[in-house]
Amino acid sequence: MTSLCNSEEEKLAHFMHRIETGDKIEADDWMPEEYRLTLIKLISMHGISEIMGALPEKEWVPKAPSLSRKLGIMAKVQDEMGHGQLLLRVTEDLLKPYGKNRGDLMQDLFNGDLKFHNVFHMKTTTWADAGIIGWLVDGAAIITQTNMLGASYGPYGRALQRICAEEVFHAQHGESIIMALAEGTNNQKAMIQESINYWWESLLMFFGPASKETTGSSKQDLTIKYKIRTKTNEEFRQIFFDKYIPRILSLGLTIPDSTIKFDADSKIWTYKQPDWNEFKKIIKNEGPRSQERLNLRRTSYENNAWVRDALSAVVN
Amino acid sequence: MSMTENSMSAEYKEAITSLLFQLADDDFLYAFRGSEWLGLAPHIEEDVASSSISQDSMGHAAMFYQLLEDLGAGKADDLAHLRSAQDRSNSILIERVNGEGYYMETPNYDWAYQVVRSYFYTQAKRVKMDSLCESSYRPIAEVAIKVKMELYYHKLHWETWFKQLMSSTDVAKKKMNDAITLVMNDFGDVFSFGNLKQKIESNNLLDSEEEMKKRWLASIGPVFDALQMEVPAIPNHPVMNGRNGEHTKDLDEALLTLSEVYKLDPVAVW
Repeated sequence: MTSLCNSEEEKLAHFMHRIETGDKIEADDWMPEEYRLTLIKLISMHGISEIMGALPEKEWVPKAPSLSRKLGIMAKVQDEMGHGQLLLRVTEDLLKPYGKNRGDLMQDLFNGDLKFHNVFHMKTTTWADAGIIGWLVDGAAIITQTNMLGASYGPYGRALQRICAEEVFHAQHGESIIMALAEGTNNQKAMIQESINYWWESLLMFFGPASKETTGSSKQDLTIKYKIRTKTNEEFRQIFFDKYIPRILSLGLTIPDSTIKFDADSKIWTYKQPDWNEFKKIIKNEGPRSQERLNLRRTSYENNAWVRDALSAVVN
Repeated sequence: MSMTENSMSAEYKEAITSLLFQLADDDFLYAFRGSEWLGLAPHIEEDVASSSISQDSMGHAAMFYQLLEDLGAGKADDLAHLRSAQDRSNSILIERVNGEGYYMETPNYDWAYQVVRSYFYTQAKRVKMDSLCESSYRPIAEVAIKVKMELYYHKLHWETWFKQLMSSTDVAKKKMNDAITLVMNDFGDVFSFGNLKQKIESNNLLDSEEEMKKRWLASIGPVFDALQMEVPAIPNHPVMNGRNGEHTKDLDEALLTLSEVYKLDPVAVW
């Protein structure tokens, strides 16, 4: 037993040395279980969020207000489904030792074990929401995802290369919608302000709590330890403020937080904390549209069970 | 014979305009029905593939509406979003709902119907595009060449689904056969040119209705033979003819959704 123990320790030391020196871990390489579980949790949540994220945007696909906007948002939502597919494939490889597959991930989603991003639990009300999702939600996602391009887990880093390249187009697509509205009629301008007011807290929550004390759990320490990412949740949020607050203000819009201010010495934004209790409810699938979206996914999954059976019968 | 806008007779222009509305409205509605499926397809790979097809089809609609704009029929976006149901020329088949329920809530859509409608429609569209490549109206021939390149993949996609589900479980076969019945009930106006049949055919815009029906039957024949199924008959007289502005309430509801934001302010820039 001792020798086996030593061997596990050696494997771990070798593994840590590899990631410390910038080597990439591949799907079939030995990895500590904590690393595997951290990756599964992170990437399955990222993947399922792409898929659940298609649902609020899909609401605006047919309604998009011109032929070119229809084409733009169709392409965008298709990309998001593609990201979901890519990430679930990465997760499936990690799940192999546990004998789990994509069907299990869907069941985990339906029973609440697999979470999806807080923003995709929110309702959409106007076309401006489709713009804000592209501009600021995808803008926020670019900040966190580009930080993981060099992730120690090779398959995730490579998937993110493609995802981030497409997300840049999505942010431009969203920005273009918002610019058109910002230069438009008073009603169009009011539509964006209402949308920013609605999404602001969700955007702050998107990066997660600053520390695990806020909500009782956070994986940020583990993801940093294993060189999956390098920055903390709060650092991401500060980058988001740096990048987007000037842009929002330049469009003649206001930030729905009268206390927010930038300290020139520390270069830190101080701001009103979002309601983290609300965040906890949202990620427990108690958000404004959580149950409706899950129900839509669940119903379509059940309605199409005969198709999956039929395809398995063809293969067999 | 080749026509340019300058040398066009009033009759020729009337015929090409009518035909373009049929093609544009078909693809606009077909793309819409496909996009209602977004996020709900049987698996994620299919969601990626079929949303690509919907996107291509919306692109085709946009090209046809643009040709109408070039002919002075109005702004492409207005043509797509502001015309009422009785002014639309799409086939009844394309306006039918995907199944019960509204796409914003929790609909019960039928994948068998999606496969059969898409496969039969795509084959019909191919027959038309092949013929339009030789059209006397050069701008439409140029668009048809572009559309054909993408249709090759659409046909491959839906034909694969059709064959697989037709040679699978009893449940799948039953659902597919039910879907074939539903689709063929509405197939009577797919190749109809409506009231302008004579003008469209005599101006060499594309082949006759009868000729295209024969080609459609020939195009699906080998697939049906391989599955040991009888090729379905195209109804001689449509119950309703969408080409003449006869439509169901499904189209009214679809148009409300498609134009909801545009109609908030049609002169605003969106």
